[in-house]
Amino acid sequence: MTMGWALKTPLLSCLLWPGMVWAVERFPPPQFETDYVRPEVLLAKPRPVVWDYIDLAFLAIGLGTASWLAHRYRHRRAILGLMLASVLYLGFFRKGCICPVGAVQNVVLAIANSEYNLPLSVVFIFGLPLLFALFFGRVFCGAICPLGAVQDLVLLRPVAIPVWLESIGRLAAYIYLGLAIASTAISGVFLVCRYDPFVSAFRFSGNLYILILGGCILLIALFIGRPYCRFLCPYGVILRNLSRLTRRMISISPDKCIDCGLCAKACPFGAIRPPVTRPKGQAIATLKALLLWWVAASTIIMLAGFFLGSLAARGIARLDSTVQMASNLQAGSDGPSHIRDAVAAYLASGGTAEALLEKARVTLARYRMAGGLLGGWIGLVIGLKALGACIKWPQDGYRADPASCLACGRCFAYCPREHLRRGKLESHDH
Amino acid sequence: MNKKDQDVIPRRSFLKEALWGGCLVGLGGLAGLSIARAKRSGLVWQIDPSKCIACGRCATHCVLEPSAVRCVHDFKVCGYCRICFGFFDPQPLAINEGAENQLCPTGALVRKFVEDPYYQYTVDESLCIGCGRCVKGCNAFGNGSLKLQVKHDICVNCNSCSIAEVCPTGAFRRIPAHHAYLWGI
Repeated sequence: MTMGWALKTPLLSCLLWPGMVWAVERFPPPQFETDYVRPEVLLAKPRPVVWDYIDLAFLAIGLGTASWLAHRYRHRRAILGLMLASVLYLGFFRKGCICPVGAVQNVVLAIANSEYNLPLSVVFIFGLPLLFALFFGRVFCGAICPLGAVQDLVLLRPVAIPVWLESIGRLAAYIYLGLAIASTAISGVFLVCRYDPFVSAFRFSGNLYILILGGCILLIALFIGRPYCRFLCPYGVILRNLSRLTRRMISISPDKCIDCGLCAKACPFGAIRPPVTRPKGQAIATLKALLLWWVAASTIIMLAGFFLGSLAARGIARLDSTVQMASNLQAGSDGPSHIRDAVAAYLASGGTAEALLEKARVTLARYRMAGGLLGGWIGLVIGLKALGACIKWPQDGYRADPASCLACGRCFAYCPREHLRRGKLESHDH
Repeated sequence: MNKKDQDVIPRRSFLKEALWGGCLVGLGGLAGLSIARAKRSGLVWQIDPSKCIACGRCATHCVLEPSAVRCVHDFKVCGYCRICFGFFDPQPLAINEGAENQLCPTGALVRKFVEDPYYQYTVDESLCIGCGRCVKGCNAFGNGSLKLQVKHDICVNCNSCSIAEVCPTGAFRRIPAHHAYLWGI
């Protein structure tokens, strides 16, 4: 009755794995003679769906408030308060997830992979900040985004970066967006979440390298305002381009600008542009000729990008686990041990070699397509950036560039007209 | 807008308005497409015990520390063995609860006498780190009543689960949130 045999049998732990069988009744569950009752095991249910909608409500109310603060109330201190509330709720309470920045990938995955079901709330979490950008500019960046807020709060002594340098640096964000979409569509890997620099800080746990990355970004953020937002954030790329078309631009002062340029000096993100006079006569003709050249050149850059991208993707595909497993299967027993283990485990769990090779072939084709599209995208962005560098739209007075303005509200207090408008200064000119 | 003004600006404004409308429609379309794919219930990560080989990666690869994966005991399947292969080291010095005889590195599996010759094994969840040593032992020589499961009060449900990426058998998968456990009761 007792299992005395077991004690005498030498237990060979090397036998454990290959002969493993799940839930076999080797020993029938006993009938107890005493009044022993088997304990009930109750496991915690996942977070109720209602919390998703509470997050959504926080985001919606927050965005509405941020728009009102940036356009009407116009006080930096109030925006700062909202920013803090957002860091506490979306950052520390919700542990940095869900955030609209990462939601881009959920939407991509839902479109690319029909097996994934996207929670309804995520659609809105992704879409609401974009919708607000079309109407009120980047109010999400300014007051709601916890990643942006963390950097904004540590900004100590901003250093000005030339516009052209920032524009080139921002190419990284466009590439990051493309990479994130491609990797999610191909293999369901969420790059943006994995390399989210501050999520470990919000969770007080996580990968050491990510903590170091976050620390480095915060160190840079002491001197360069919001480096992640300006040079890396993939969601920021979408926001800035929608914000170019915004219905209502953030105005430094609703009154007429007196061209003092104080606001441009106050903006830590270099988002305020000086007045530009309209080009005349010859200059317009030159610009038109330039535009033709640009169309031709950027087509060539895009095609080259497509070609180079699909070429590079072939190399990158070799790092994919499915492709590695397939090539290991074909080549024989050589290769790194973890791949060999994976192949053995795959075959042991009932997978066939043909299915694996077919899956690897499909994966490879996907990589090449995605690589080509990514290359083309980078080409397009380079072309558009070159165009943007040539053309300067005329504007009178200092204005916040709607694409770069993060609606942080710092400039309001620096504008003398704003002081007049608020009645803090006495007017002498009328 | 002033209709008589034939300057460049109205044309530019018109293009801008059209582009704005286009973006709004595009955003609506994207949202519509995603809503068509969306479900009310989300998905959560879970371990399929029939595929799990208790390799130990769950304990080391979770973004949380300790891992959100814990051992769960299915008492209905348990044989209440005196010598439990999930509890005892393969070569125990003695058959008692001494720490040196235990397989569990944290002493999370608690052995308690019920009636001769049966012993009850309970998982102390606060100590369990999800290493799966007991699961491996129980699966190999016992009834397989110990199982690794993702605890949903701990799991933060990452979009790309870092354990799922390294799981060698594909036992880690997404399942609907309203049936969030796969441990066979």
